[in-house]
Amino acid sequence: MTSVLDKNNPIVQLEQVRIQYGKRIILQDLSMTINEGEFIVMLGPNGAGKSTLLKLLLGLLRPSAGQVRVFDRPPSRGNREIGYAPQHRTLEADLALRARDLVGFGLDGHRWGPGWPSRKRTALIDQALEEVDATRFADAPIGQLSGGEQQRLLIAQALLTNPRLLLLDEPLASLDISHEQEIVSLVTRICRTRHVAVLLVTHDINPLLPAVDRVLYMANGHSAIGTPDEVITSTTLSQLYGSSVEVVQALDRLFVVGAEI
Amino acid sequence: MINTFLQYWVTLFQHEFVQNAFLAAPIVAVVTAIMGYFVVLRAQSFAGEALADIGFAGATGAAVLGISSLVGMFIMTLLAALGMGALGERIRGRDVEIGMVLSFALGLGVLFLSIYTQNGANATVGVGVLFGSILSVTRTDVLVSLITALVTLLVLALLFRPLLFASIDPVVAQARGIPVRLLSIIFLLLLAFATAEAVLVIGVLLVFSLLIAPAATAERLTRRPLTAIILSVILALSFSWGGLILAFVGTGSHLPVSFYISALAALSYFLSLLMSRLQSPRGYRALPHPSREQTATA
Amino acid sequence: MLLEQKYSGVLTTIQEEHKGNLDMFDFLTYTAIQNALVAGSLAAVIAAIVGYFLVVRGMTFTAHALPNVGFAGAAAAVLLGLEPVVGLLVFTISAAVAIGLLGKQLRERDIAVGIVMAFALGLGVLFISLYQGYAERVYSILYGNILGINQTDVLVTTVLSAVTISLLFILFRPLLFSSLDPTVAETRGIPVRLLTITFLTLVAITISISVQVVGALLIFTLLIGPPATAMRIVQRPLWTILIAILLGVCYTWLGIFLAANGLFGISGTDMWPASVYITSLSFGVYLPIRLLSPLWIGRKARRHATNLKSEEVLSQERSNNDDRLVYEAKGVLEVF
Repeated sequence: MTSVLDKNNPIVQLEQVRIQYGKRIILQDLSMTINEGEFIVMLGPNGAGKSTLLKLLLGLLRPSAGQVRVFDRPPSRGNREIGYAPQHRTLEADLALRARDLVGFGLDGHRWGPGWPSRKRTALIDQALEEVDATRFADAPIGQLSGGEQQRLLIAQALLTNPRLLLLDEPLASLDISHEQEIVSLVTRICRTRHVAVLLVTHDINPLLPAVDRVLYMANGHSAIGTPDEVITSTTLSQLYGSSVEVVQALDRLFVVGAEI
Repeated sequence: MINTFLQYWVTLFQHEFVQNAFLAAPIVAVVTAIMGYFVVLRAQSFAGEALADIGFAGATGAAVLGISSLVGMFIMTLLAALGMGALGERIRGRDVEIGMVLSFALGLGVLFLSIYTQNGANATVGVGVLFGSILSVTRTDVLVSLITALVTLLVLALLFRPLLFASIDPVVAQARGIPVRLLSIIFLLLLAFATAEAVLVIGVLLVFSLLIAPAATAERLTRRPLTAIILSVILALSFSWGGLILAFVGTGSHLPVSFYISALAALSYFLSLLMSRLQSPRGYRALPHPSREQTATA
Repeated sequence: MLLEQKYSGVLTTIQEEHKGNLDMFDFLTYTAIQNALVAGSLAAVIAAIVGYFLVVRGMTFTAHALPNVGFAGAAAAVLLGLEPVVGLLVFTISAAVAIGLLGKQLRERDIAVGIVMAFALGLGVLFISLYQGYAERVYSILYGNILGINQTDVLVTTVLSAVTISLLFILFRPLLFSSLDPTVAETRGIPVRLLTITFLTLVAITISISVQVVGALLIFTLLIGPPATAMRIVQRPLWTILIAILLGVCYTWLGIFLAANGLFGISGTDMWPASVYITSLSFGVYLPIRLLSPLWIGRKARRHATNLKSEEVLSQERSNNDDRLVYEAKGVLEVF
């Protein structure tokens, strides 16, 4: 696990950010930086604000207080330096597209008109498909693919603009172990070879422990950031949750257990 | 003033068709209200719509063949219910397939209708099936409805608890030994009856107002099954009797009863939507604590 | 019946002039047929394109709801002495925009839409009952009157279709992108909300035009049938739409031809509405293709992938998804 903290080239900076809806505070006092090429994993229970933070960085939300800078500018929509891959879903209607069509959206889905096929475009898409190891099923209808395969397509789509920051929202959810591993290796490979910073939201740190640089743990409106050893401890988490939480290490894995039932 | 008003009603009720209408309405209302509760609970409102549309083809086909359209409707809806029961869970979420079958059934109905009316018969029969014919209900119809209603309610009463359980939590119910699949099929058959009865009052196209609206409104206002069912029945009775009363009191020679019923239904449903929004605006849900997440991994 | 009168007028003219020997090309010389073909073809084209997007967005319920709202509008227009198309447009566009603004809460939505739909039909009944010539007019709106289309209607149809087709052409990529993945599309700067409302307005226009051809009751098969069929044959957006257009136009032409010819009538002059033929054709082609499609779709996918999940596992995944959604909707299970 290489430490990129000495590179210290911040691409995202958050200072005392607060997000609240009416009386409901989702995030407060969030200050952190993301450096170039860093692999950061976001953890925390549902509703803790993980997706909200992603939306903030994507320019879909404005903070109620504090400063946000992405690539030294305030966040804006349609920033091609950020790639975003949401969680995959299985849709019946996905008979409508082939895999390569879905990936192609990443290139020009936002341009007017129906688009004209070009060799350059096909080459770029083929390249992206190759990178996520999806060439085999490039022409299959999406609805026929498994969750892991769809997730790879979504990642390929996000990579087409050659982003410097990759946001992944729960890419490992509802995947079985082998597919989970595939996605983890894929994302790690992309992070290291392309020097892309990765911010990955998930529920379970364990598949990612070997690859992760820092962990951002969010709960109860508060957050803690640092290496897994610093953040995922009984003390830190108890502070975050405001009640007693135990972190148990067993079989090379970390388990978080609440003390009360 | 009141005297003339009462006089008006007394004269009205001397007509048999008025009596029949006011008799048929509560019979149908009770059945549809209770069945509707389960339909909404099981998220099967499309099934009611489908049965009605397919029944339309049956009703008009029967008219062409010279049989009573009520009988044709019953037969067709029962067959359709069996078909749907056989397909089982595979139907869920298949909006496109269901829509195509519905439309085709409606197309068949239209076909039979145009054949029927071309042979010189009265064009308003079709309108009756589509929009309700409560004012042309005969004593026999009332009797038939009563009998089917009683049978339906009896079966429902017997199956009440297992059906409720299977509707809310089919997986656990199955594990407890309840024959969920069989119950689904029986339920669909009962729904066929209920739908046919609703069509009698309000027609194929407006079935939702009597089959779904009372129950949907009730379920917005309370979570407890028995209360919801009673409320649903009260609402259905108000819609149907209310619709009849408004029709007789209101517009001139044409009496669009089904309009009033659908208007009352829409009004109460949206009122209940409003009320439930006011009661609990997007509530703040307590964040899950690790202890409540069983043993979660970090 | 108004419909019959119009139809039999056309038919008797043709029959008189040809003493029973009818062939395809003679037909084309009659204005009624020409109008029907032009309006019908245009309707079929925009219906195919719009229908494709409706299927992709999972919004096929609008193909049930909007025509019924349109029915109320058409009935209101007739009552006020206007052309039905005017009422159709006003009511359907308003309803479409309302649906667009309401957003996407699945279970509630279906019930609310159904109840509103029923009320709209009830309104239609009210308007029609206040108007003389009750049943005939109802039928003509409910199942279309393509052979009775006049020049003004054709003009209106042409203009509206041109506008719709141009807009769909320009908005194609962003619309498709935001239909399939609104979250990612939003992050790319696509104005998803605005596109949705624009699209729904186009749906409303398409429905208003198509009601003239197939009527409010049977629109679903013209709107959704061809694209649903095409999607089972190819899975590339542009090809799917082209095939859908081809199918829709064929159904419409055949329907018009069969209706004007009085074919399959029990007696020589029996006339069935064109919409019945169109519906039957659409369903008749859809059914076998839908049932047989797993044969070739699975194979296409299997040719390209090795670790593809079996249909069983896929449908288990899907039903797990559905179960979760249903449970969530019922508030029974707290899913984390």
